Amino acid sequence: MTCKAVNLHITGMIQGVGFRPFVYNLARYWGIKGWVSNTARGVDIRAEGLPASLDAFIAALKSQAPPLAVVDTIAVNHCKPGGYTDFAIKPSGNSEVKTALVSPDVATCPACREELLNPADRRYHYPFINCTNCGPRFSIIQDIPYDRRATTMQQFTMCPDCQAEYDNPANRRFHAQPNACPACGPGYRLVDTNGRQVAVRDQDVFAVAKSLLAEGAILAIKGLGGYHLAVNAKEEAAVKRLRTRKLREAKPFAVMAGSLAAVKLQCNVDTKEEALLTSQARPIVLVKKGADYHLADSLAPGNPYVGVMLPYTPAHYLLLDEEDMVVMTSGNVSDEPIAYQDKDAFERLSIIADYFLLHNRDIHCRTEDSVVRVVKEEPYFIRRSRGYVPAPVRLAQPLPPVLAVGGELKNTFCLTRGRQAFISCHIGDLANLSTYHSYIEAINHFKKLLALSPEVVACDLHPEYLSTKYALTLGLPIIPVQHHHAHIAAVMAEHHLTEPVIGLAFDGTGYGEDGTLWGGEFLVADLKGYRRSGHLGYLRLPGGENAIREPWRLALWLLKEIYGQDFINLNLPFIRQLPAGWELLLTAAEKGVNAPLADGAGRIFDAAAALLGVRQVITYEGQAAIELEQAAQGANGRVLPYDIVSKNGQLILDYKPLFAGLCHALQQETAISQLAADFHITLAAAACEVARKISQATGIKKVALSGGVFQNITFLTQVVGMLMQHDLIVYLHRQTPANDGGLSLGQAVIAGERSR
Amino acid sequence: MHKMPEQILLGHGSGGRLSQDLIKNIMLPAFQNQALAEMHDGARLTINGTKLAFTTDSYVVKPRFFPGGNIGKLAVCGTVNDLAVCGAQPLYLSAGFILEEGLSMAEFRQIVASMAEMAAAAGVEIVTGDTKVVEKGAVDGIYINTAGVGAMLPGVQIAANRVKPGQDIIVSGFLGDHAIAVMSERHGLTLPAQIVSDCAPLNKLIQKLLTEVPEIAMLRDPTRGGLATTLNEIAVDAGVGVMLDENLIPVRPEVQAVCALLGFDSLYLANEGKVIVFVEKELSEKVLTIMHQTETAGAACVVGTVTEKMSGQVVLKTKIGGLRLLDMLSGEQLPRIC
Ligand SMILES: [Fe+3]
Ligand SMILES: [Mg+2]
Ligand SMILES: [Zn+2]
Ligand SMILES: [Zn+2]
Repeated sequence: MTCKAVNLHITGMIQGVGFRPFVYNLARYWGIKGWVSNTARGVDIRAEGLPASLDAFIAALKSQAPPLAVVDTIAVNHCKPGGYTDFAIKPSGNSEVKTALVSPDVATCPACREELLNPADRRYHYPFINCTNCGPRFSIIQDIPYDRRATTMQQFTMCPDCQAEYDNPANRRFHAQPNACPACGPGYRLVDTNGRQVAVRDQDVFAVAKSLLAEGAILAIKGLGGYHLAVNAKEEAAVKRLRTRKLREAKPFAVMAGSLAAVKLQCNVDTKEEALLTSQARPIVLVKKGADYHLADSLAPGNPYVGVMLPYTPAHYLLLDEEDMVVMTSGNVSDEPIAYQDKDAFERLSIIADYFLLHNRDIHCRTEDSVVRVVKEEPYFIRRSRGYVPAPVRLAQPLPPVLAVGGELKNTFCLTRGRQAFISCHIGDLANLSTYHSYIEAINHFKKLLALSPEVVACDLHPEYLSTKYALTLGLPIIPVQHHHAHIAAVMAEHHLTEPVIGLAFDGTGYGEDGTLWGGEFLVADLKGYRRSGHLGYLRLPGGENAIREPWRLALWLLKEIYGQDFINLNLPFIRQLPAGWELLLTAAEKGVNAPLADGAGRIFDAAAALLGVRQVITYEGQAAIELEQAAQGANGRVLPYDIVSKNGQLILDYKPLFAGLCHALQQETAISQLAADFHITLAAAACEVARKISQATGIKKVALSGGVFQNITFLTQVVGMLMQHDLIVYLHRQTPANDGGLSLGQAVIAGERSR
Repeated sequence: MHKMPEQILLGHGSGGRLSQDLIKNIMLPAFQNQALAEMHDGARLTINGTKLAFTTDSYVVKPRFFPGGNIGKLAVCGTVNDLAVCGAQPLYLSAGFILEEGLSMAEFRQIVASMAEMAAAAGVEIVTGDTKVVEKGAVDGIYINTAGVGAMLPGVQIAANRVKPGQDIIVSGFLGDHAIAVMSERHGLTLPAQIVSDCAPLNKLIQKLLTEVPEIAMLRDPTRGGLATTLNEIAVDAGVGVMLDENLIPVRPEVQAVCALLGFDSLYLANEGKVIVFVEKELSEKVLTIMHQTETAGAACVVGTVTEKMSGQVVLKTKIGGLRLLDMLSGEQLPRIC
């Protein structure tokens, strides 16, 4: 039989993930001759062999690819055999187009973990063990192509042993760029807040750190994408101390467990949650507290869920025994960005931490832990960051290069390249100076990693968003995108929907086309445009942004709207507990003094939380709605009255009857949990009815749900259930968060579509 | 750059970014000349070897009377202060009135009397004027325009380009009094404690400062848009950064309480009797001593410093130690929290 020859061009996430050694071994297995080489576009292979072997070889390239590799396309071109006698890994070429994908950071693989814990291994207890199947990627990459010289590992020269592994195509560490060992790589050390060494690398740093944690000390730990603050999660006093020092009153802390078994002792974990917890991205997963839950009370107070993750770096395995549970929260003071640079971390965290567990490998790109929960059997993101970024979201259609600059809080940005949308890590609140600077740095970093110069910029309509103002400085054509259209478009992009859908954007307060604040929107939308077919009724925000921080102002306004000045005679605890100055506030709001109109669903949840006495003033974003959802646990809601009125061709969902119903029941001293449940189910039923009416009028059956309010799982599942009962097809966010973290994706696809 | 709206919006008069757009895109190109290009509160001119400052301002405040003043007092103090922060000794003012048919004569008399009183207090003379009456409804009672000339004080050089990293930023007293006093009167709000406008002529204070500390680099009165907007303008013009310390910002507790309740940010509230001083660190004690001897600047204090980094940006060090960007706003403050 005669040999056949092919040139293969492979694209996807195939660099720095052990793809070439895999190809090398596969070629040897099938007796294929030729070569494999990394290019800036992907991987090129020359393969010659018997036709059947060649076919098997090509099929296996995709089906047996290493765990981190994602093969997108394999282009096959037949050619004349060149008479190769062996198979070789050729050095990388230097072509000008750089489209190879950078991998996200990956949790320590089982093989590395085994070596880490094996006293006979030369990397026994070495906290930087990694291989082509695992370890740091995105957080240490400074430039492309992905090569040790373009990472923060460049300052460490491999010892002969490591170099031999690195050069050997049969080795698991062949071209593992962060390859290192105790003899040549980075190390950890433990210091106190004065910088004095408590334990050095050669001694057992982790043994000392462990005992400090056991004693209740707060440790600042330099990790993969930034600093964590760690404290024993079983010690109430220690957790409380962390709260006080971090100025974080109530927002839940995430926990790292030493093992899955330890999680299962405390929490109920189903198979989907288990799969997420143990996935190579290792996100924080929100799981339900179990019957035997006994972690510190102030860890996630009042919350039926707790955020848990499993170790994802070798250092975590060294720090946590299997039964350990340690709070691992971002290294920052409340509302500040996570620290990732040593000097800055030391300055900012020494008022919080008792000790610093440090290493000397620089973090190039700050990446916070991702937060995910399971909804209807599938992942549902709260924050998409480490482990997922910079893997792209695949789009239905190729787009011109767009930079979408995102929102203001929970900011992410997005760059598109062909059919790929690259969404940044969670950036945060842009008004924070260092966050703003890191935002600009990150945009430039992404442009470099993707070798991309955007031709169009998409931004929000809000004139005061710092992202909008940044967009205006770029000197590129600008496409402003309405906030809630972007929210809905993000869901559409994830599901490759291009035909019009009914979009329910239940959100906080985003800038509307008419200058009012939107956020309770029923849009009939495609990627080009939208029609506002319905929305929640408006209320005023007395005192502007302060009304978002102090939900009692919203409830006060609503009561006055419903009952006029007589509201004061209602026999409600809420009325009796109104803070001083409320009369002045109300008068000012009536006169329109700093009381903008808003219809955000989030604000309606806030108002209900305040009215029911659940929360009057928040200490973190979304707190009132979160606590209202908690309050509703265990009660079966009843649908209270509401109104849907048609006005100027729009359906207005009037929730005032619902609030009147709540007031009435409150005066009958109905249990708060009952009323919280009533509120959820009524708003869900009302939203569903509006959606159905729009569906009947338009014939559209597909409904997309987006906006921060859909992080409320009780409400989300109710809405989904009711819509499905009426034969509507429901689409949820599956790859990006429903909150403003997903906004940039929607902006990008709309702008891409409009500028095509 | 961004598109200009096709119609004049209220925001174009707010002193913020939209006003700047209007000036930069329409007025400057049309009127271009050396003195205008300096973009100070007043023009500095040399006539036959004499250095003069010249400025004008129109007053349309609603309501016409408010705690601590009225539109007439404002019209004199505003122009006097604009001349003073140019480094000039204000001398002569003009007064142009646009009156609404039906305005009460008693009211008009009172307004004119206030103007006379303030002119005397500031040591200036109102030497020329004009009056127009328009139909009922065409203006709201009374609008006043004042223009003023002053003689530049010898040996001083007030200019944005003299603002340098390391200098202290001094504010002459409590912020926001004027805006809150006017706002409460306009909307008929009864505040828990009366808040009185700080409207006052600053020329005597400034003259004393400039005589004793001629090294002062820059002066500005933080009127519309408040301290934050004024500092943003200076940061851009001077190509420096500004770092403010929230703990040092002087705000009366009663003003702070109203701000907290009604959601205003005192850093963006208008003042009519305050001056911002940029001066080398070594001299700030001297400036403060002079200020503390006066009634108008008894609460003066250092609120921040000029930085080399963050050029063009104003940053607030918050009470918990965070650093927040204090941007220039284009109009009213709309919530940015989603
Ligand atoms: Fe939003
Ligand atoms: Mg002026
Ligand atoms: Zn590994
Ligand atoms: Zn080594």
